[in-house]
Amino acid sequence: MTLLSIENLSLSIRGIPILRDVSLSLNHGEILGVIGESGSGKSLTTFSVLQLLPSGTTCQGRINLLGGDVLTKSEQALCAMRGRDVGMVFQEPMTALNPVQTIGAQVAETILIHEPNTSKVDAMKRAAHALTRCELPQYKFPLSRYPHEMSGGQRQRVVIAMAIALQPKLLIADEPTTALDVTTQAEILDLLSRLVREDDMGLMLISHDLAVVSDMAHRIAIMKNGEVVEEGGADLHRTMTHPYTKALFAASSHQPERNATPEDKPLLEINDAIRDYTLPRKSLFGAADTFRAVDNVSFQIKRGESLGLVGESGCGKSTLTRAILGLEPLQGGTILLDGQPVGPAVRRKMQVVFQDPYGSFNPRHKVARLVSEPFHLVGRKATDAEIDEALISVGLTPADKTKYIHEFSGGQRQRIAIARALIIKPELIVLDEAVSALDVSIRAQILDLLADLSDRFGLTYLFISHDLSVVRAITDRCLVMQSGKIVEEGDTERLFTAPTHPYTQTLIAAAPTLPEP
Amino acid sequence: MLRYAIKRIGSLAISLIVASLVIFACIEVIPGDPASFMLGINAQPDTVAALREELGLNASLGARYLSWVTGMLSGDFGTSYTYRSPVAEIIGDRLWISLPLALIALGLTVLIAFPVGILAATKRGSWADMSVMGATQLGIAIPNFWFAMLMVLLFAINLRWFSAGGFPGWEHPLAALKALTLPAIALALPQASILARVMRSALLDTLSEDYIRTCRAKGLTQRQALWRHALRNAMIPVLTIIGLQFSFLLAGAIIIENVFYLPGLGRLVFQAISQRDLIMVESVVFLLVFAVIMVNFAVDLAYAWVDPRLRGRS
Repeated sequence: MTLLSIENLSLSIRGIPILRDVSLSLNHGEILGVIGESGSGKSLTTFSVLQLLPSGTTCQGRINLLGGDVLTKSEQALCAMRGRDVGMVFQEPMTALNPVQTIGAQVAETILIHEPNTSKVDAMKRAAHALTRCELPQYKFPLSRYPHEMSGGQRQRVVIAMAIALQPKLLIADEPTTALDVTTQAEILDLLSRLVREDDMGLMLISHDLAVVSDMAHRIAIMKNGEVVEEGGADLHRTMTHPYTKALFAASSHQPERNATPEDKPLLEINDAIRDYTLPRKSLFGAADTFRAVDNVSFQIKRGESLGLVGESGCGKSTLTRAILGLEPLQGGTILLDGQPVGPAVRRKMQVVFQDPYGSFNPRHKVARLVSEPFHLVGRKATDAEIDEALISVGLTPADKTKYIHEFSGGQRQRIAIARALIIKPELIVLDEAVSALDVSIRAQILDLLADLSDRFGLTYLFISHDLSVVRAITDRCLVMQSGKIVEEGDTERLFTAPTHPYTQTLIAAAPTLPEP
Repeated sequence: MLRYAIKRIGSLAISLIVASLVIFACIEVIPGDPASFMLGINAQPDTVAALREELGLNASLGARYLSWVTGMLSGDFGTSYTYRSPVAEIIGDRLWISLPLALIALGLTVLIAFPVGILAATKRGSWADMSVMGATQLGIAIPNFWFAMLMVLLFAINLRWFSAGGFPGWEHPLAALKALTLPAIALALPQASILARVMRSALLDTLSEDYIRTCRAKGLTQRQALWRHALRNAMIPVLTIIGLQFSFLLAGAIIIENVFYLPGLGRLVFQAISQRDLIMVESVVFLLVFAVIMVNFAVDLAYAWVDPRLRGRS
């Protein structure tokens, strides 16, 4: 018997149609990958299986789960179903747990809610078992731990333990690894696969990342604008026929064309940079400990070069970025831009583009004012011609300068961020996870734009990212950072094909790869 | 947890020392002679000199501060110039009215605000939410002394359920409670309105958190998610406001005490100021500051009880 079959599901929120005729099915022990870009309706599809939808939502069609239609169930029956028949794992492990309750209490709650006759002691025992199954053994992670005492990956394991505590038949994982580092991502995906095998569960795995899903799904569905455009087996990359699927695969492995040739002269020189943070005192009179976030880091970027900096969260790459921008004081070493220490005199030769295209703009200012912000480094106001030129160079039009930021999509906002960085004609642009929040097709466009701008203006890039595939696509040379140190450095192709340091090898092995077409 | 408590006690001690220094400085060091200030501009020089002697104003600044602080530590607040009796005794009597009044008012505040705030948050956007929030708007806007007078008109003069003012003393507990009822309601109404609004918005914030969605996916009903998870997380801003409100209720009841002729601390400090009884003012102000600091300390401990992140790793 099919475990889950969604038949012609249409969904609208306050009369606006969101999903149209979505049909999907899933068997016991099977992994169904659902792929789509933001706004494709993939998350709403999963939430409609649990009927946890925003108010004002209406659903039509059928969602058959274990022989019953979810859409006809009462709220009481739905509560009995959630957590017992269907477990759910969410994207953001840092906020998915109640911060004021122990992990034991939160896992045990799943059991106590559905089996009220279970004693608290028994529920705690079973919670411990569920946590152990998710590789959080009791001797290291007792039930009395609070979420803030655990890392993101460990918290995601707690969320998974909560979802599988009652061994549900169906597990839904909505972007379960998007917020995690690549090695943690690999571990969590392995854990999910093992649980599916052991419990003969069906797993609906939602992701924007084709590589993640292709590695482990038995079947893959591609969604766009609220519809399933194509569905296929694990070999979808060979059998695909729909143009959107093809475009998605192409964008995921997109390699922009780059012609710039670096000069020999270094533009940015970092010599033995050290950044220490003072930790809170342990006792009133003892000396405070320090934490070395950047540990004797030295490297150079040549003029016209594109240098990648990869590493997992907490490795010190953000601190280093901030130090390069002159936002963090150093406890040792020097950072020279064009031969001079980073300060007001040379600061205008360097601009930055951040990750979040939503948070990095003041929503009350018009684009013209936002884009001309860096002119405070120059000491005069931007002319209209300069604003127009910056907007045109990133593929926008001069008319856009009178609009507000909320009128633009994520990809367009990142173009505006790049225009803001370009407008005072800097030599170095620091791209801090600049494409990480973007959909793959938009990401491909932005990468093309960056390559084109570098060719045209002779720009130098420092490209900081946790996403290895992006760094591989856009950089000439690459640094790998671990615990504040650069552990490996080399030409990007060499580093990816023949890594020498064990940490680099681990990173590259953990990164999910797209199958060759 | 213990470490956190010790830290808080440390900062409590420092606050008290700083507060005592500031109060002492304000009253004793600021230009003008306290004795001639207390006696008024027409006083004879020898009367002023006698009062200076009595108040110990001829001693050095440091010695005066030390004797004031050590006196307070041993329960000796000095002798009131106008009442001619020990300040500690007078304050003690007044505290027995002001403290119960503040506690009853705070209890009423919480009793009204919690259900109202929770109701408004759970039924967000419904007519219940809108009418309750409209009522709290009114509760904040109406001056409490006017509301107090309306209550006196209705319950004391027309219905004759309560007396219009005065305090019979705690020898008659029921009568005493009755005398505090109307003032407590008048004090609680605006505070409850504020607290209900804080409760509502804090709950709405926590109800939209990711972990509430996780709870719903586990099979909790909306109500269970609210009571078991959202409420405790919403308590941090609510506790902050409760702490501020208690301090205010203890010290800020001057107008209501005057409306109901209650001999409380508020009236005492008001009278002491108008009678230029600096020793009394100094002591009452320090007592009130002490109360505020202690309440903040209690709120800090309550934070740690609610939120394990503040306790630090054990």
